[in-house]
Amino acid sequence: MSSKKKPDQELQAARTSGFSRRGFLGTASATAGAVGGGLLERPAQAAPPAGIMGPGEIEITLTINGKATPVKVEPRTTLLDALRERLEITGAKRVCDRGTCGACTMLVNGKTVYACTALAVDMAGKKIETIESLSAGARPHPIVPAFANHDAQQCGYCTPGMVMASKGLLDQTPNPTYDQVKAGLGGNLCRCGTYVGIRKAVLDAAKELRATGARKNGGSNA
Amino acid sequence: MHSFEYASPATLKEAFGLLGNSWSDAAVLAGGTDLITLMKEHLAEPKRVVNIKGIKELGGITKSGGGLRIGATATVDDLLSSALVRAGYPSLLAAARGIASPQLRHMGTVAGDLCQRPRCWYYRNGFGLLALKDGKSLVDGGQNEFHAIFPKGVAKFVSASSFGPALIALGAKVKIASSTGEREVAVAEFFKAPASETDREIDLHPNEIITAILVPAAKGAKNATYEVRNREGLDWPLATASVSLTMKGASVGSASIVLGHVGPTPVVAAAAAGTLTGKTITEATAEAAGKAAVAGATPLSDNGYKVHLAAVAVKRALLAAAGKA
Repeated sequence: MSSKKKPDQELQAARTSGFSRRGFLGTASATAGAVGGGLLERPAQAAPPAGIMGPGEIEITLTINGKATPVKVEPRTTLLDALRERLEITGAKRVCDRGTCGACTMLVNGKTVYACTALAVDMAGKKIETIESLSAGARPHPIVPAFANHDAQQCGYCTPGMVMASKGLLDQTPNPTYDQVKAGLGGNLCRCGTYVGIRKAVLDAAKELRATGARKNGGSNA
Repeated sequence: MHSFEYASPATLKEAFGLLGNSWSDAAVLAGGTDLITLMKEHLAEPKRVVNIKGIKELGGITKSGGGLRIGATATVDDLLSSALVRAGYPSLLAAARGIASPQLRHMGTVAGDLCQRPRCWYYRNGFGLLALKDGKSLVDGGQNEFHAIFPKGVAKFVSASSFGPALIALGAKVKIASSTGEREVAVAEFFKAPASETDREIDLHPNEIITAILVPAAKGAKNATYEVRNREGLDWPLATASVSLTMKGASVGSASIVLGHVGPTPVVAAAAAGTLTGKTITEATAEAAGKAAVAGATPLSDNGYKVHLAAVAVKRALLAAAGKA
């Protein structure tokens, strides 16, 4: 158990340091952004015909990690792009952007989905859980230290999706077999090939969750 | 992705009013796992997207006339967790499990699986549905290891549908509605091999919506699906077979054998199925039926290996249906 403390502390420090890679990159490219950014702006559309929205921007409300969050999107904006590009919720990654790799996995009404292949407008009123919810409490959700302890990542691009797919699996199947873990993560790809570590981490997290009895609500808020 | 208008009607009547007469007018959105990717690749560019998930009557998997009614917005996950499906339709369950991604099973619908466009890499990369250049098929002399071994005319892609073969073997129908009325089409007739670039692979018009899939009562008939795939991962199978058997005691009263991923439509192997009448299912009869099912195959330059895979799929599906796997 003592080996778990170190990664926990590192994660905590990273979360509270205020450093954001995205903030750094944003500052570094501010000049380029000022030139290019205007092209992406579109005026919000005035009163659409009855029942029809868009094609310009419309305001919708997404329920993200329990919080009602208004956001302006075009109908074509995916859930992933709404979160990453409009709301700066960047934990989920945009990797294949074609509903295959799983790096954008999040939970919608308790079930894993590919956020790159869902329209944001279609998600209004649904309960969206992102990886940010796993670090909301005093301690991260047990899946997080389990991934660190089992070296369950190399480059890290697949990790947020793998972690959320694991959360989705453990919410439904709290005591999975190795084969159930393998099948349950069947929608997520890791090009570094860290699958064995990931599966061990999920089994370990399941054990920890059962021990603490904090299975359903993320554990970290208890 | 081009911009589009969006609507989420609450009734079928409203939905019909939002559709048009051409595929570029409006697209129907249910699971979206194919449509959104097609729009990103500019293979579909509808002016309007009509989300049908808010139409209550299109949901659910329910009993209907002793059989099943799979609503148009029922997901693959809904099918897997349906007690009705679990009770009598192992061939549908196996096809659902073959979709290896939980995310796709949570999002994608069974009806949408029938409507997905081909996964042919020529089509997906903008060479057209039939991949013709100066009237000649790029597939013939190109990379065709995953293409049809039962091509039909110029159509050499394979139908990507997971459920099509199982539904055909079970004698299922697709229920389709438009503002002018309803019609039912046997799933076997729903798939069509396109003869030109503007044809579609399914019998559905731009102003129509699939409302349900109707599966007849299994009546104690045995059914199974076997998928041959490259490793266990997230990919379409290389060849599949779905079978349905009506037994007379220990021997076969009638059989249905349908191959998947080998032709631009699922391929019904009626003659092979006929050879099983009056026989018991054994290794030998199942293997012979498998060989008969692929007897008419005309593979392309690099996909001859699929002929054997399809024959093995038939054999294993028959043995599984007979409880001898």
